[in-house]
Amino acid sequence: MTFDDWLPLLVVLSSLITGLLIFFVGEEQHRTRSWLNLIGAVAKLVLVGIMVWGVFQRHRYETRLPLLPDQDFVLRADAMGMLFVGLSSVLWLLTTIYAIGYLEGSPHRSRFFGFFSLCVTSTMGIALAGDLITFIIFYELLTLSTYPLVVHRGTADALRAGKVYLQYTMTGGALLLVGVVWLYEVVGSVEFTERGVLAGVSVVDYPDLLAIFAILVAGLGVKTALVPLHGWLPVAMVAPAPVSALLHAVAVVKAGAFGIVRIAYDVYGVEFAARLGVLGPLSWVAGITIVYGSVRALTQDDLKRRLAYSTVSQVSYIVLGIGILGPLATIGGVVHLVHQGLMKITLFFCAGDLAETLGIHKISEMNGVGRRMPWSMVAFTVAALGMIGVPPVAGFVTKWYLGLGAIAAKDYWALAVLAVSTVLNAAYFLPVLRRIWFLPASGEWPKRERDQLETRPTLLVPTLITALLSLAAGLFAGSWFSPLGWAKLVTAREYVS
Amino acid sequence: MIGISSAAPWIPLLILLPLMAGALSFLFGPRGHRSLLAATMTGIWFSLIRLILDFENAGLQHYPIGGWGAPLGIDLRADGLSLAMLGMTATVGSFISLYALGYFAGDENRGIRFWPLWWLLWGALNAVFLSADLFNLYVTLELLSLSAVGLVVLAGDRDSLAAGLRYLLAALAGSLAYLMGVALLYGAYGTLSLERMAGLFRPEPANTLAASLITVGLMLKTALFPLHFWLPPAHGSALAPVSALLSGLVIKASFYMLLRLWFEVFPSALTEIFTQGIGSLGAIAVFAGAWLAFHQEKLKMLIAWSTVTQVGYLFLTFPLAAASSTSAPAALSGGVYLAVSHAVAKAAVFLAAGAMLKVTDEDRIDRLEGVGRHLPISLFAFAMAGVSLMGLPPSGGFIAKWLLLNAALSSGQWWWAAVLVLGGLASAAYIFRVLRRCFLPPREYAAFHPVPLVMPLAALSLAGIALALGLAAAYPLRLLQTGAPLLLEASAPSTVAP
Repeated sequence: MTFDDWLPLLVVLSSLITGLLIFFVGEEQHRTRSWLNLIGAVAKLVLVGIMVWGVFQRHRYETRLPLLPDQDFVLRADAMGMLFVGLSSVLWLLTTIYAIGYLEGSPHRSRFFGFFSLCVTSTMGIALAGDLITFIIFYELLTLSTYPLVVHRGTADALRAGKVYLQYTMTGGALLLVGVVWLYEVVGSVEFTERGVLAGVSVVDYPDLLAIFAILVAGLGVKTALVPLHGWLPVAMVAPAPVSALLHAVAVVKAGAFGIVRIAYDVYGVEFAARLGVLGPLSWVAGITIVYGSVRALTQDDLKRRLAYSTVSQVSYIVLGIGILGPLATIGGVVHLVHQGLMKITLFFCAGDLAETLGIHKISEMNGVGRRMPWSMVAFTVAALGMIGVPPVAGFVTKWYLGLGAIAAKDYWALAVLAVSTVLNAAYFLPVLRRIWFLPASGEWPKRERDQLETRPTLLVPTLITALLSLAAGLFAGSWFSPLGWAKLVTAREYVS
Repeated sequence: MIGISSAAPWIPLLILLPLMAGALSFLFGPRGHRSLLAATMTGIWFSLIRLILDFENAGLQHYPIGGWGAPLGIDLRADGLSLAMLGMTATVGSFISLYALGYFAGDENRGIRFWPLWWLLWGALNAVFLSADLFNLYVTLELLSLSAVGLVVLAGDRDSLAAGLRYLLAALAGSLAYLMGVALLYGAYGTLSLERMAGLFRPEPANTLAASLITVGLMLKTALFPLHFWLPPAHGSALAPVSALLSGLVIKASFYMLLRLWFEVFPSALTEIFTQGIGSLGAIAVFAGAWLAFHQEKLKMLIAWSTVTQVGYLFLTFPLAAASSTSAPAALSGGVYLAVSHAVAKAAVFLAAGAMLKVTDEDRIDRLEGVGRHLPISLFAFAMAGVSLMGLPPSGGFIAKWLLLNAALSSGQWWWAAVLVLGGLASAAYIFRVLRRCFLPPREYAAFHPVPLVMPLAALSLAGIALALGLAAAYPLRLLQTGAPLLLEASAPSTVAP
């Protein structure tokens, strides 16, 4: 066993150990806890950096440990997984800094950061899982480790949200388990393999495979918030802002979407899935979700609820990219995994800034807030424009490739979905921007001292960085190290035979 | 006493050491418990590890007591299944013993009575798992039941006395049914040895009656629905370490005997009606038990009802293992692994609950608000072990569920797969009913008695083992599957049929 064989496990352990240590840190030892958090996050980033470079050069990193007599626990770094790993490790560092600032002075912080680290551990495991059983282990661990974060405040609302969250996600997890066991029965052991492993399965099993695909997508669709399985997401908004950011941008919804990506590309294989005829229905579900989420977002006055419905809509772009056959759409879908993460986390950070600094929770209270908190609102504007798809922000790149893919595959209805969704995105984001910048201030806000920042630096800096990143992802989309460049690499490995 | 033959003495030592400790604990006062525990535990673990090593080298281990072999003397035997159960007993028993040191620290009166009974129970458990004939199984099971009843009434209040009496009657009725079955079989074949009986047994009406009597007796002791009535009061009202022993270990002994008898001795009598029927009883237990657990007001009663659901799960092994020769290994490994994981996890849950009750004097679930502030380790242990009870990864419960689901789908019995999955969700409902309380703002408790640190740590260790069983399942499962007459027989039941 060399270092390469242990690297994927080390990436997972770096946050697991941090989390376990934090549970034992006393409630009042804030400095120790913050240092532990930061050391863990930076260590992970370094390890991930080594791994990204290696994977780019087609290096193989794989940890394989016996789990059952005939089944291994496999963690493997491949191009697809690294996209998600990279996103999570960068955003974890930023969210940790943000959360340290956001939760200053509130109780139960050891519990919060402990579960926070466990949550990132599971995300890493999901991204690196080399087969379905390893995937399930971390997928369910994610459910369990996010529950304490959702109910963190301990209010009646939070407990109710936690209950709804568990009801949805545990049912989804149970479905997923059934689908996976069934798949093992049909094809034997299933490891994720680029271009899929099912093409050789005999025709007799095709009906089974159809049913299994439906069950797997239904199971994963809960976390992906596909309509009609999205009900938990707007309810879970009661959680503290860093948790919402994590739920929406990095961990939970992405875990679901990433799972669907894995099933479609690395288990079934897109070409086989298309032959089976499952991609069409998948893209319709995605299309319906995109439009439905946007329509519901229009009427929400609570800022976080509007962002939540926007998430419902935006995450399905990824699924739409899978559903449309062809490399261009794949690029669009896969790259949105990162783009949506960067833009949505910026928006949630801004929502948290507003709530923490000025006590603003509703869109109707946001009049003229741009003059009070210009930097945060610039970040908000960049991310919101990105969501609409205005160049050069990242969201434009996604929509461009999805559109090209839809044309290439002659799925013109998907083009229509994109157009409608863009109009709706504009309809629910532009009025907010107008309130921020052009309407006179209406609220009585705490005054700001002359030489003071508009809010705590721990809140402001991560917000600005993510906004810059979403801008950079669009501006430098052509270079190999951008998310787009990496998505092209992934796609090349999924399609070339 | 026992003569030392050429065979290694590890098998009889595993039985003798706890029995000797039980006798000695009468002699030593409360002061001696600690050193006695240390010496006996070391001895038991040493013998067990040596036995496992011997088993890996040479396969099935036999030990003829006094040098007299099976037809005349008493034969002891250890295969993969026995070793799994012995390992389970040693692990759970060790941590419960450590916990008991702390639990009885300020209560010498009960401690003096606890230790001899517990050593007797441990010896009886090991003897059940090592016995190789029907009558020896009867004797050891009887010893087990009597010491278990003694432990239940140790609490000394009205509830526990009533529950203990009910338990005693149920246990005696079960033993009687079992003994009648054994008598019928002995009359028919003139042997009591499991191995000989396995070669001779034919599913004739009289023998089927005998097997049914044995089965009903053991079902009563395992508390399978509808014969579960004695379990919740007994397990709910006993002292915490006793509840952990009863739920974790004692019911596993009679379940072990059922598996042993049906899949080694009577596989030719396994009919579809019987296996599907016993599976249905299990399914009813899963859902009814979960519903009742969810509606309990007292924490320990909730956990006791949870044992009823988990016993229901265990019995799903029968329809899954008997259905086809391909599904049998997965089903039997899954069933045994579930028994082991449940033992560890349930013991952890009871120990954690015991620590909470001892600290706050509150046994109502709706008064648990913010208990994590005072007892973070116990609460964490409760939650971790709860993961295994729900069958979520990473935990032994998940591995067991995975194996059983595999068996269900590979033998085309999707309805059992549905029971497994829905039952897991039902378990999650009652476990989270407890856990969610703990996120509410902390409240002040009327009474507050600090407990020795060893108590929460023992619970946490067991909970950690319950999770570790989900990551390191390869070795125990391989041990279970190598050289086990049970699984070999079961994988080819048709060859035994007339």
